[in-house]
Amino acid sequence: MLDGRAQISRPWSPRLILSGAWLAFLVAAALLAPWIAPKDPLAQDLFLGRLPPFWVTGAEPGYYLGTDSLGRDVLSRILHGARLALTVALIAGSLTCIIGATLGLLAGFLRGWVDIAISRMIDIWMAFPPVLFSILLIAVLGPGLTSIIIAIVVIDWTRFARVIRAEAMAQGAMDYVASAQVAGRTRLSTMVTEILPNVLPTIVVLLTLEMGISIIVEAILSFVNLSISTDDPTWGGMIAEGRTSVHQAWWVLVFPLVTLFFTVLSFSQLGEGLKDRYDPVLR
Amino acid sequence: MSFLSIRNLSAALKGRPEDRILRNVSLNVAAGEVRGLVGESGAGKSMIGKAILGTLPLSVEITGGQIILDGTDLLTLPPAQRRTRIGQICALIPQDPLTALNPSRRIGPQITNRLVDILHWSRADAEKRARDLLAEVHIPDPDRVMRSYPHELSGGMRQRILIASAFAAEPKLIVADEPTTALDVTVQKQILKLIAEMQARHGTAILFVTHDLGVVSKVCQSLSVLYAGKVLEDTTVRDFFAAPGHAYSRALLAATPKYTDPDGSLTPVPDAVIAATRAEVADADRMTHV
Amino acid sequence: MQLLRTFLLRLATTAVTLFGVAVIVFFVIRVVPGNPIAMMLPPGATEADVAQLTALYGLDKSIPQQFLIWGAGVLQGDFGASITSRQPVLDLVLGRLPATLELSVMALVIAVALGGFMALTGTRLRGSKTEAAIDVGNGVALSVPDFLWGLVLILLFGVLVPVFHISGRVTPSLELPFSTNFYLFESVLRLRFDLWADIVGHMFMPALALAIPLAAIIGQLLKQSLKETMNLDYVTLARTKGYGENHVILSEALPNAILPTLTLVGVQFTFLIGGTVIIERLFSYEGLGNMAIDAVINRDLPLIQGIVILFAVIFTAVNLAVDLCYAALNPRLRHA
Ligand SMILES: Nc1ncnc2c1ncn2[C@@H]1O[C@H](COP(=O)(O)OP(=O)(O)O)[C@@H](O)[C@H]1O
Ligand SMILES: [Mg+2]
Repeated sequence: MLDGRAQISRPWSPRLILSGAWLAFLVAAALLAPWIAPKDPLAQDLFLGRLPPFWVTGAEPGYYLGTDSLGRDVLSRILHGARLALTVALIAGSLTCIIGATLGLLAGFLRGWVDIAISRMIDIWMAFPPVLFSILLIAVLGPGLTSIIIAIVVIDWTRFARVIRAEAMAQGAMDYVASAQVAGRTRLSTMVTEILPNVLPTIVVLLTLEMGISIIVEAILSFVNLSISTDDPTWGGMIAEGRTSVHQAWWVLVFPLVTLFFTVLSFSQLGEGLKDRYDPVLR
Repeated sequence: MSFLSIRNLSAALKGRPEDRILRNVSLNVAAGEVRGLVGESGAGKSMIGKAILGTLPLSVEITGGQIILDGTDLLTLPPAQRRTRIGQICALIPQDPLTALNPSRRIGPQITNRLVDILHWSRADAEKRARDLLAEVHIPDPDRVMRSYPHELSGGMRQRILIASAFAAEPKLIVADEPTTALDVTVQKQILKLIAEMQARHGTAILFVTHDLGVVSKVCQSLSVLYAGKVLEDTTVRDFFAAPGHAYSRALLAATPKYTDPDGSLTPVPDAVIAATRAEVADADRMTHV
Repeated sequence: MQLLRTFLLRLATTAVTLFGVAVIVFFVIRVVPGNPIAMMLPPGATEADVAQLTALYGLDKSIPQQFLIWGAGVLQGDFGASITSRQPVLDLVLGRLPATLELSVMALVIAVALGGFMALTGTRLRGSKTEAAIDVGNGVALSVPDFLWGLVLILLFGVLVPVFHISGRVTPSLELPFSTNFYLFESVLRLRFDLWADIVGHMFMPALALAIPLAAIIGQLLKQSLKETMNLDYVTLARTKGYGENHVILSEALPNAILPTLTLVGVQFTFLIGGTVIIERLFSYEGLGNMAIDAVINRDLPLIQGIVILFAVIFTAVNLAVDLCYAALNPRLRHA
């Protein structure tokens, strides 16, 4: 009979294309924000407060997506907010990934007391409500980008560690690892050359997911007023302000929310799409 | 008139009629007869059984033919009616006793459920029947077994239970799909003997799916040889073992341990025979397509 | 016996976990900048006032000393007093707990109903366009966290089609005859269905926001597990006995397919409870989470400690309960 595997071509799936396109667009917007934003994101003008978006009567030209209660341009704030969101996603996501995956690999592959120590830590971490934990950490560290990143890493490393530990354990039990061991390699080198490549697809999925989560965490912290500073344009801050005036000016909530929604969705779909495309085992 | 009569049954992968799984299969099973269905793995033996019982995988569809059971073409019945009818007069003895019992349910209800739910017996009657049958398949302490969960019983024990369950509703036709393949060699013999014994006592017709001609010689009266979903030969067991009609059958017989020299030097089916048989199947395909 | 030993071992690790949580939260919050005592005193208070209050709350001792004093109290059921409201932490926390429990359980019920429905429908119609649509829906619901669903729901059903309340736990002007804080539960007991409807109208949006991601997980996992089970021999055998598709799915496949889903739902349910913190804030729902955020903002150290410990107790209890359920439902373990 035919061997199906060789025959199956793997086209770029729609979700990979759509999510990739949205994220590319967002990166471009973030990089170019100072030049393409129609207004100064910080400029207030109380006479231009709560202007509706351009297609609604009462809109002012130039304020495409309307203004918030202080008269700040919503579109410009979203574009500038993308900078912070993506910075957090990239840095916090990668750091969490590196630390969490390393601990997971060590626990799952070395076993013994390393595993016991790390697993106990994971148990303790899992017993914390994460949102409350992050709010607490920001209270300790004080607001600011660095604090947010530290808080995300400190809280979310378990997401990687738990999953990668289990996978490394499963991989470590397989024959090919035993044969690599017999060949006289050190355990650490076996871990890096034999186990790591096999858990890489999972790591990639978790990483993209974590990037989306980081953005959400930042938004949540801005929402409870603990993120950067109240003036700087952040999506979470805009959402917090939009939530209070949702009955008077829905657009202040809707546009940052939609942006955030698609960004988070795109990150997770990108991960799933990449896994489907590059996972060595056909799923 | 045969009790089961399959006429020109064809099946293919859903949406891909060129990927044929059954090719104009015709076979008959008379009331009380045991017919063997032999062929190598992947020939489509199980698919025929599943087509009869209405349990084909979703990826396979019937593209033509009739399955006439007790005078009615099953394929023309509405699904619900067909299902009930099969439940009333047919039964299956499955291949793997380890996976054919529901792990989260006790043995008793797994035997009685058809009697109660489909045939509307009273629970007490059904339970008495189950106990009697368990005794009939030589299970000691039927009451305890009926209260057990499958994982508490051995493979041979479970296959006995499945046989008892198959005979419970006095079906007219049983499809036995390689009922001994998954068992230990020693247990195989006992189970085979048990099926023959039960069949003789109840007079049930059996379509006995197997790849083992040795088994066929022990329990069947007639047999059909299947290759690539096509019936190559349809004959009685006596004629077959005296003089197989098809080159492939001869080769298959030669490849069966018992009939070659006892030292066990087997002659596998020669490539030339396989090539010729394939060509024959392809020719037949072309005929039906034109 | 085996089961009992596993259970005792689990209890022991649970105790270790809770101790770890207590240590971490205690030390972390003592590094918080901002003097809670200074914050609670009116402007113009003297140094002496501050010192006196600091001593009253034991904040003048070393941190390990404070921990020992606090730990000894906790073991006797005394969690200290809140700095802002000066009431016992335990009373405050237990007063809010019912609101959060009701919200979480309602969310769980919605998630199980929604997810179970998706899984069963998808299995029943496997291979169809409906199944594909369910898969896409689940994928989206899963990728977006409760916080965003909450905002989406606020826009859709609070603003666009205002059918539900989006703020609070009950309409403030209503007279409440309740003697406990389990409003939802008690309104049913007292047959006050007018109040019940009002409370549900307030809870439904936050509960749904919490439920959507979990529903998607249940839907996805249970469907996959059901579909695998549907190919097993005992399901085929049941079909040949004359049973229809619905019966086969519900009574042959489902009981076995549920087990793998159950363990995961346990962990996910603790995530859901953790999610109440921000969802309660979003919907101004007067539960534990909302109180916790206020406590952090006010630097109310004893209250923060109490709430975090309570959450940790709930999480570990849920995990323990799930393990016990698993053992009880799995005949292999039950009769081992
Ligand atoms: N679930 C399925 N979906 C599609 N094709 C199948 C499926 N199961 C088996 N087949 C194909 O049907 C053919 C016959 O299989 P089967 O009847 O199981 O063979 P056997 O004679 O060994 O019982 C095989 O070629 C196999 O590739
Ligand atoms: Mg077969």
